[in-house]
Amino acid sequence: MDFELMINSFPKLLNATVVTLKLLSVSLIVGLFIGLLFAILRLNKNIFVNKFAYGYSYVFRGTPLLVQIFIIYFGLGQIESLRSSFLWVILKEPYWCAILAFALNTGAYTSEILRSAFQTIKPGIIEAGKSLGISNKIIFCKVQIPIAIRQSLPAYGNEIILMLKGTSLASTVTLMDLTGVAKYIISTTFKPIEVFIVAGGIYLFMTFIIHNLIKFLEKKYSY
Amino acid sequence: MNIFKKTIFSVLLSLLIIGNVNADKIRIGTEGAYPPWNSKNEAGKLIGFEVELAYTLCRYIGQQCVIVEQDWDGMIPALIMRKFDAIMAGMSITAERQKAISFSQGYADEVASLAVMRGSSLEGLDTSAGINLTKPNAAAKKDLKTLTAALAGKTVCVQTATIHQNFLDSGDVGKVNVRTYKTQDEVNLDLASGRCDAALAAAVAFSDYAEKSGKPVVLTGPTFSGGAFGNGVGVGIRKDDTELLKKFNAAINKARKNGDISRIATKWFGFDASM
Repeated sequence: MDFELMINSFPKLLNATVVTLKLLSVSLIVGLFIGLLFAILRLNKNIFVNKFAYGYSYVFRGTPLLVQIFIIYFGLGQIESLRSSFLWVILKEPYWCAILAFALNTGAYTSEILRSAFQTIKPGIIEAGKSLGISNKIIFCKVQIPIAIRQSLPAYGNEIILMLKGTSLASTVTLMDLTGVAKYIISTTFKPIEVFIVAGGIYLFMTFIIHNLIKFLEKKYSY
Repeated sequence: MNIFKKTIFSVLLSLLIIGNVNADKIRIGTEGAYPPWNSKNEAGKLIGFEVELAYTLCRYIGQQCVIVEQDWDGMIPALIMRKFDAIMAGMSITAERQKAISFSQGYADEVASLAVMRGSSLEGLDTSAGINLTKPNAAAKKDLKTLTAALAGKTVCVQTATIHQNFLDSGDVGKVNVRTYKTQDEVNLDLASGRCDAALAAAVAFSDYAEKSGKPVVLTGPTFSGGAFGNGVGVGIRKDDTELLKKFNAAINKARKNGDISRIATKWFGFDASM
């Protein structure tokens, strides 16, 4: 065990953690909006809208995240017409390709989590609102969404942790996130065990924080 | 119970025998993704200069060989962890790597070069044909200055953990955005897509790609050798494995004398890359 290497690589890895956290937070925020939108579409009575939303979550939950990143980064980059379009400004950058893949992926899972949460709301609660003369829109915003969010907290906490680990795939499209920098250090020191232990420890610590944050929220919003 | 014991015994015995059979073989690690040095054919079989040379060297050593595939970025750690006994993967002999493993004498050498897509502003740089960085002369220093100015702010793509990455990180050509990839294939893809302004690798890796893909990839600037680019490509061996190192050095001597190395090199590279 080369403890000196572990200590020396720690600040470099900590710097790279900023990139990881940025990737995680941006893709989670975008993914949450996508998830909420598609969860609502899933509850729509229109069969086409419903099937479209189902198809999206089916495709993104049914294929590996690594494959999705490769298709978006290397795959789309091969299409000549796309390279000359305005989309290339975004797709040229590995950072935005990774965000796009992560957001679409987590969006698919989030839509399923929220959909099932909406469906667990007892019709009686909504009917109670209606009987008081409250409009559908207000019932949705003030009753259904808060209950759904509380219901989905444990599952969503899991999704955040999965996504945190998923961001390590950003290193496959040249981004220097925590895993990317760990690999870089290994490429010059040839000591994978030491460096990966430190990187793993940082991931574990972040998971610990996320886990406790979700637990705190669960307690706060319990009813 | 008796049958059970017998089964266990025979399984253990067969494992022992298999273990012994493998112990006689030299396991050689290669990447299988760096043509023409080493690559895979459509059937997934490992082919290339080093695969053929490995079998030739093993014949001289008088031992059987198995060629093991290993991702490039884990090559040296895998050798140290005894996943195989030797590396033949287009790995240049550099001072940095020699801190971790030993190398046989070099068996082949090649120059590195920058590549761009035709029509790039970096095409046709005003430099000499080739520079050696071990003792850079006036022309080489001038070329490095020209490159520093041309590459400022540009994105240059390389395979990770290579001499090419080391050279760009060394600052000899100033501050460039270095982007690293797991394989040379991915570097080629992103050079063609326009995400990279230029790429740096073995000159043959680019000409091989241009020929096979039909993409207008052209070499630019001087070819590089020496310095960060190391002293030829050799067999990587664990430091404590001096016996095997001797065997490989002797085999390379014999293969060189009999003209095997230059014959195989000419077959795969189109020119004699042996040394």
